[in-house]
Formats: sequence, structure tokens, C-alpha cells
Amino acid sequence: MAQISTPAQERSLWDRFIIGLRNIAPIYIVLILLLIGIGTQNPTFLEPAGFLNLLRRAAPLMVLTAGQLFVIVTGGFDLSGGSLMSLTVIGASLLINNDPANTWWAILVLFGIGILVGLLNGVIVSYLNVPSLIATLGMLLALRGAGLYWTGGAPRGYLTDNFRMFGRGWLEPFPVIERFPYAVLVLIVVSAAAIYLFNQTNLGRQLLAVGDNPRASRLAGISVEKLRIIAFVLSAITAVIAGILQGGFGGVNPDAGEGYELQAISAAVLGGAVLLGGRGSMGAAIAGALALEALFTLLNLLGLPKPLRDAVQGLIIIGAVAYAAYRSRRTR
Amino acid sequence: MFFKNVKRPWFLIFALVILVLGLVACGGGAATTTEEPAAEEPAAQEAAPTQEEPMAEEPAAEQPVAAGLESDAAQVKSEFFSQEQYDRSMRQMTMTPEGPADQPWIQMLDNPEMVDTSQYAKEGPYTFCFSNAGVNNPWRVVGWTTMQAEADLHPEIAELIHVDAEGSDEKQIADIADLVASGNCDVLIVSPNTTAALTPAIEQACEQLPVVVFDRGVFTDCPVSFVQPIGGYAFGEAGARYIIDNCSEDCNVLALRILPGVDVLEERWAAAKLAFEDAPGINVIGVEFGDGDNAKVKSIVTDYLDRFGRIDAVWMDAGATAVAALEAFEDAGQPYPIIVGEDQQDFLVKWQENNLSGIAPTFPTFQWRTPIIAALHIMNGEEVPAVWRLPQPVITNENLDQYVQPNMPPLHYAMCGCENMPDFPERWGGTQ
Amino acid sequence: MSALTWSNMRSRVRESKIPPVYAILLIVFVSAIVLDAIFGRGQITSGVILTNMVVRSVALGIVAMGQTFVMLAASIDLSVAYLISVTAVMASYLMQGDPARVPLAVAAVFAIGGLVGLINGLIVSKLKVNPFIATLGVGLVLKGILNASFETFVGAVPRSFQTLGYGTLGPIPISILVLLAVTLISAFVLSRTRFGSHLYAVGGSEITSRLSGLRTDRVLILAHVVCSLTAVLTGLFVVSRLRSGAPWVGTDGLYDLESIAAVVVGGTALSGGKGGVIGTLAGVLIFGVLDTMFNQLGVDTFLKQVLRGAIIILAVASYTVRSKEKAA
Repeated sequence: MAQISTPAQERSLWDRFIIGLRNIAPIYIVLILLLIGIGTQNPTFLEPAGFLNLLRRAAPLMVLTAGQLFVIVTGGFDLSGGSLMSLTVIGASLLINNDPANTWWAILVLFGIGILVGLLNGVIVSYLNVPSLIATLGMLLALRGAGLYWTGGAPRGYLTDNFRMFGRGWLEPFPVIERFPYAVLVLIVVSAAAIYLFNQTNLGRQLLAVGDNPRASRLAGISVEKLRIIAFVLSAITAVIAGILQGGFGGVNPDAGEGYELQAISAAVLGGAVLLGGRGSMGAAIAGALALEALFTLLNLLGLPKPLRDAVQGLIIIGAVAYAAYRSRRTR
Repeated sequence: MFFKNVKRPWFLIFALVILVLGLVACGGGAATTTEEPAAEEPAAQEAAPTQEEPMAEEPAAEQPVAAGLESDAAQVKSEFFSQEQYDRSMRQMTMTPEGPADQPWIQMLDNPEMVDTSQYAKEGPYTFCFSNAGVNNPWRVVGWTTMQAEADLHPEIAELIHVDAEGSDEKQIADIADLVASGNCDVLIVSPNTTAALTPAIEQACEQLPVVVFDRGVFTDCPVSFVQPIGGYAFGEAGARYIIDNCSEDCNVLALRILPGVDVLEERWAAAKLAFEDAPGINVIGVEFGDGDNAKVKSIVTDYLDRFGRIDAVWMDAGATAVAALEAFEDAGQPYPIIVGEDQQDFLVKWQENNLSGIAPTFPTFQWRTPIIAALHIMNGEEVPAVWRLPQPVITNENLDQYVQPNMPPLHYAMCGCENMPDFPERWGGTQ
Repeated sequence: MSALTWSNMRSRVRESKIPPVYAILLIVFVSAIVLDAIFGRGQITSGVILTNMVVRSVALGIVAMGQTFVMLAASIDLSVAYLISVTAVMASYLMQGDPARVPLAVAAVFAIGGLVGLINGLIVSKLKVNPFIATLGVGLVLKGILNASFETFVGAVPRSFQTLGYGTLGPIPISILVLLAVTLISAFVLSRTRFGSHLYAVGGSEITSRLSGLRTDRVLILAHVVCSLTAVLTGLFVVSRLRSGAPWVGTDGLYDLESIAAVVVGGTALSGGKGGVIGTLAGVLIFGVLDTMFNQLGVDTFLKQVLRGAIIILAVASYTVRSKEKAA
């Protein structure tokens, strides 16, 4: 990410060590500090089982952030993610209708809805030229109402155990630690796929290029519209996955995803993504989400009153972005 | 040159280290320092007679020390506690209401003062207007459905005009002004979004037409009738009392609240706190706000189980997240606690399935039927109570079976009094 | 004859510099009347309902004017909802129902507002933090401080202060006059003062403005201060309607997202430099008309939300669809 401007020859080991450190996104260091902080308060969190629990809790936000980053690097926002999560939970309760046999096709339908929402977001932004902030804000309001309108105000059925397995269940028996949460498995798969798409494929490079300079990308023969649509679809798919995880973890709840969209944007930004596009790292963004969740946990463990947690969160995201801005000015 | 380049990142990391360490340090102190402001609150002092000094001075960092009843979240501000209303609620819980036992929505408590309404008498058909605070949670959705069903029972009500403020005071004020200005309404029913903010708007409406207020109250007695169940103190006390009576010596209690500042919820906690403080063997290990969010509540309970090893009872100021709290015990492989929930179906089903030791105080949704009935009395010029105090049934292990309805949606409220209404259960989202 | 043809009218309107959003307002309003006549009780055109329709829009309208300023400068302010809460709570806390304390309280809340605007502006311009994150963060900090200090309704405003929210001058509510005054002053500042033209310049192209010697930072900071001051005014209006302030009044009113939506629907570009407060006024009124229409027709609450979301998108799409500039 950061460009190294000094010539590469004649460096001492120490210099190289420092350069190496510099190239690590600062969020990883922050994350480690937060984890150490949590460890001092409650060591069980650093034991395998405790740490997996923390990951399980953070999984929905981490997955959602991965999707959000695809949109952010193209220069957009996706505010509709949280509402789509809630819609997923409400929709699942209606479609499954208390019968475990319905779960699998219900999940397919939910992904279908998600892809449709992503396509809609993308088309509105790409072809109607509506700024994504407004397009997805409209979508946020519309989806919030749509889910409840669909079910008449409240979720209709119970979420069956086979649906909830993904967010709540464990892989048992599991070597060494006895049981391994499915949610973390889902998280690993989604993260790996997102990192692969982002770093190893043409798609990832093109998305970054679109966000960095849309005009140049178009001249280079990239279909900017198509890529933006893909980014929104990816974001919507992760929102559905996050919804399934969240619904599984917590059970039926009409506003399971409320506020998650802003948290996901904050997390991506903590991970060094630049709003309005062109820069971002998938691993760091996902780490940013974990850091945010770790921060909440730490503040919780410290027994700070909730209002203070909001204030600290606010200061930290401003600080992180101010620092990133400072760094990018310096390296330019 | 090079050094200049790297100086700042290290500075930042250093600053972050200090910040995190600082937080860790002040977290240790937080449990002890937060007690100060409470001493200034006269009622809080009254409620918490003498705090043991040594407790507060203990270093908190080494082992989990329960902030418990001394924590910020546990404080009850003076504006939320009225000894007079508390005593009234406690008295009313023991009374037998007047009226048919199988129709609690037309029962009355405490010999209410009746108001003459002959000045409002009118020939039908009527147009009723209803300004709703919102249908932003399942309790309100069930209530609103029930109210519509009640209105459908009376052919003389030609129309029930409904405006929904979507949880905004400002919007509800404008809504009420619209309804009054339209001149269509024969009577106005209001479920205020907040007690304080809606008072001026309702005062203005009272000058034009008869008003019935229910659910939350207002700071004016201008409405012809105010319909409300016994209230928050009784709700909170019932749960706390059950825990005290059923939990053995050395009982770890976790209190879960939704959010601070809402009068109804504050009253529930105030009563519970009062009960817990006097009870021997009750150790309130924590008072936390869960925002009514399943995932958050589950995380909080998991963390407490981790820290304290065992929780014997969970008290809640509203039962919507009771099942999430129970699941935290399941996931941790711990035995179920004594649990205070509410009449939400998912909780009742779980309670029955697992033979829990539990209780469900209710803020019954059948109260949504009563304002329609009161308004009809007013239209007919019949007497209505100035304060229509409804009974507030409590679901216990003994009567649980009659309230469990597996055919109803998980977030349906059992105390709707709607079972014999037309189109039950489909209208409420259930199946035959 | 030919003067009345459609294309002729269109070009005339275009020449008169009426923002295109007024066409949308007209369409929404006419459809409201027609729908109300068919499905409702046909009362939407009565004087009282019309007046209420505007009064409904006042709180959102005032803060949307300030939001227009920051958005013209290609910035954004997500902290307004929390600032409205802070104002409402502080005002009623400081007044304690005593008319003599009104001037002090008003001065205090404007000072707080100015300070918050200054902080927003400084973070955005000096620390170069993206305004979305900067104001989101400041909003969280305000929320934290507010909730740490107050939990529920505190204090009260004196009866005399409630004139702002409920009083009338002849047949016209004072609140409508306040909204008009704020709109006109804003329009004047934008079109007739140096600050106004600088604002358009900075929003149009920050780099060009800076290279041509403009102190872009100052313009941006001032825009944020103006926005915060309008949020304070909205807060005062809200508390005068509610008689007392609670920490949730700003966020429950959704003033942050709705003010942004109203400004964009009103024709101001998110990328800055284009638009103005006259358009914003129409954007705000569209929301007022929709609310009133939904109430009159008894539209289902959840359907209302869907329609509102869709209308925001469609309204903005109607003028971006032909633009050559690609949005992101």
C-alpha cells in the first residue's frame, strides 16, 4: 500500500525491519493491541475457545465489511447492507415457515433477493447516474419497510435449527478444541474468497482502477458500469450471508442488521480503505471489522458506560482516517 | 531523512498504546468512580440506603468484581421514581378487578372516578381517529391488529382513521394537528410516543374533541379517559419477587435492560432494584443495556457466564430477548437460570419445552381493545372512568399451558385477548 | 396560441432558472390531490391541512438549508441529528421554564453549535478526513457526551418560547415564516455575497479555487459552521414544539439522512458546486406533501417507507439520468 520512496540499496537490517513494519497496515498493530488489552481483562478470550467465540460474534460484521470494501474501492457507498441483513432474517422466518425442509430453497431465494437488490443498486448508480450514497439510502429505507410489509409487521415463523446452524452451530467433534463454530468456518471461506477475488484476479485490479480513475479505466477498455454493478452484487451477497449468520446467532428479530452499514464502512476505513475509491486492502478491512468488534468487547470488559463507548469509537475512526490522510499526503 | 519518514507512525502507535493502556487503567477505576454522582440524587439515596464504603475502595483489576447495583446502569434517577405510584401499583396487584374475568380488557381496578360524558353524546355512525406512536416493534404490531379487530366488531364505527408517527414526537404532533383540523373525527385516540413531548399537542386537541389516551400517559388530565394497566412497578416487582423467592442462598442475578430513559422501563427496574436490595442472598452481578437486540443480549450473557462462571437468575425489563439470553446458557453448556420473560410466544414455547423455572409479567396487548370501547361509551354519553386501570396478569409455571400457542408467530404476544375475535389466528399471523 | 405549447413552456421555465425539482413537487402535489379526491376525503387542499403540511416540513427544512451549504462545498454533515438533540436538551435544561433565561440558553446553544461546526470544518479541511467519516465520528462523540449527561426529558422551555413552534401571525404560523426567512437569507448569502460565490467555486473544483488564491479551508469551515447553526435552529424549533428536550429527539426524527436526501432531491449535486437552497425548499416540501398524502390515504406504515425510498431514488434519477457525469 504505502509507497517506499527511499532507494533500496545499503540498508541496515534495522532499516529493513522498520520498512517491513511500515508496510504492515497499522490496523493489524491496533488489532493486536486491542487483543492484548482484552487479554489483560479476561485471558479466556485469548484461549482458542474464547478467541473463536470472539470471531463468531464478529463474523457478520467482518463478512459485511468484505462486501462493503468492493463497493468502497470503486468510489461508492453501500448503505443498504444493514437493511438487507434484516430483510434476510425476516424473509427466512416467512419462507421457512417452521419446516426445516424449506430451509435450503429458502436460502437460495434469499440469495436471489440479495442479488436482485445488488443489481438494482448497481443499475441505479451506473445507468441512472444516481450517486450511490443516495441510491443506497433510498434502498435502505425501502428495504426496511419491504421486509415488514411482506410479513405484515413482524416475523412470521421460527428460524429452524438447520438454518440457525450457520450462525449458532458447532462442528463437533473437532481436534484439540472439541468444537469449531460454523460461523467461523463461513467467515474463513468468505474472507478467503474475498481476498482471492480482490488480490489475485483481474476483477480486483479493475475495481481499484475504476475507483482510482474512472475515465482512464474506461479508456483502457474496462466496462466501468459492469464493474460497479458487480461490486454492488458482491456487497449484497455478503449482506445476505451476514444476515444468515446474524439470524442464526441471535434468532428471529425484525431489526437484526440495524446500524451495521455504518459500522461496516467505519471498519473498512479503519482498515485503510479510502472513501471515494482507489485504495483499500481486503485483509486490512476485514481486520478492521474484527478490531471494531474487539474494541466494543474491550470497552465492555472495562465496564465503561455505553455512552463512552460511542465517543471512543467516534474518536478512533476520525483518528484512523486522519492518520491515513496524513500518510497518503506524505507518500505522494 | 529516513528517520523523519518513520517518526510519525511510531508516534501514532505509541499514542495508541497509551490510549489502550489508559482505557485498561481507567476501566479498573470505572467501577469505583462511577458511584459519585448517584449520591447527589435524593431518591437514589433513599432507594440505596447506605453503600458499604470498603466495597468501593477495593482494587477492581484483579478479579471480576461485580459493578452490580452500584454500576451506572443500575442507578434510578429521581424523576423515575414516585413512592406514591409505587405503593399504588403494589396495592392494585393484590386487588380483584370489577368486571367479567374472561374479558380483562373491560375490567377496572381500584374503584375509578367516573366521568359524565353526556355532553359528547352523538348519533352514529362514528368516525374514530387514532394517532399511533408507531408500529416499530412486535408488541405494537399485535396491539394495532387487535385494535383494528375491536373496531370491526362495532358496526356503528364507520371508519377508524389511523395515522402513524413512525416513532417521532415531532411527526406525531403534526399528525394530531392534521386529524383535529380535518374535522372528520368524532373522537381522538392517542398512543403517545413520549409522555412529555406529546402533552402540548394533546392539550390542544382536547379543546376540540373528546380524547382517549392509552399505553403511555401524558402530563395533563384533559383527556376524557386514560387507559392503562397497573404499570411498570408491578411488572418489575413481580419478576424480582419470583427470583428472590425461588433462588437459594448466594444467588447470582444478571439484570438486562433495554435502554435508559424510557419511563415505563425505568419504573420496572426501579421496583426490581428496590426488591433486590432488601433481599438476603441476592447478588446482582451486573446491570446491562442490550438495546433489545438478540445478538447483543446473547453476547452480554455469554461474557458474564465467562466472567462469573455461573448465573442463577436473569431478570429482564422486557422479555423480547429472553430466548436469546437462554440460548447463551445452552451454547455455553450451562444449566438454565431462573428467568423473567414476557408473554412473547417464542419465550413461552421455550419455557414449556424445557420445563424452566420462570415467570412472565405482562404489559398486556389487550389494552389496545379498551380505548375503542371507552370511545364508544363516550359517543353514547355513558360514564367512563377518568383513569381506566386495567389488570396486569402474570404468567406463571402454573398457568403457562393456557398461554402457549405453537400455531402463533414467535413474536406474538399471548395476552392479546384476541382469541375469540373473528379471523383469529390468521389476522395475527398464525395458522389454524 | 403557440405561446402555450409544451415545448415553449419548458424553455420558458428553463430560462426563468426555476430549479427542475419544482416540476417534481408539482407532479407530487397534483397526484396527491387527485389520489386524495379519488381514494381519500378530498381534504388535502383545505387551508389548514395545507398549512400543517408546511409546518411539518419546518424542522427538516431549516437544517436542510445548512446541509445545502456543506453539500455545495462537496462536503456532507452526518452529525446534525445529534446536534439537534444536544440543542433541544441543552435549551430546555438551561431554560428550566424560566422566560428570563431564554436569551442565555439560546446564546449557549448557538455557541455550542458554532463550536461543533468549527470542529467538523477543521477535521475535514485541516486533517483531510473524508467528511462522511469525520461527521459520523463527531456525531458519535456528541451522542456519547449527550447520553452520558442526560437520559431523558430534562427541564422545559417557558410557555412564551413555545410561540416559536405554535404561535401564529395572523393566519400564518410563525414557524413557516422562520423557514421562509432562513431560506431567503440563505439564498441571499449564496447568490449575493462573496462567501456564496466562493462556496460554489470550492465545490466546483477545490484545486482550481486554491490555485486561484482562494482560501478554500476557510470557506469549507464556514460552511460547516453555517450548517451546525441551522441544526441548532432546528433544535430550538423542535424543543419549542415538544416543550422539553430528550437525547433521542434528533435521531428519532432521522434529520441526518433525510436532510441529505432532501438536499439532493432538491437538485444540489453530491459532488458539490451545483444547486441551491431554493431547490432544497422544494425537496423538503416534497417530503411534507408525501407525509400528508400518506396520512390522508391511510397508507400502510411499512409501504410508506418503501414508497419514500423509491421516490427519493426516482426523483434524483430524473435529473441525473441524462447527465454525462458518471456518479459513484
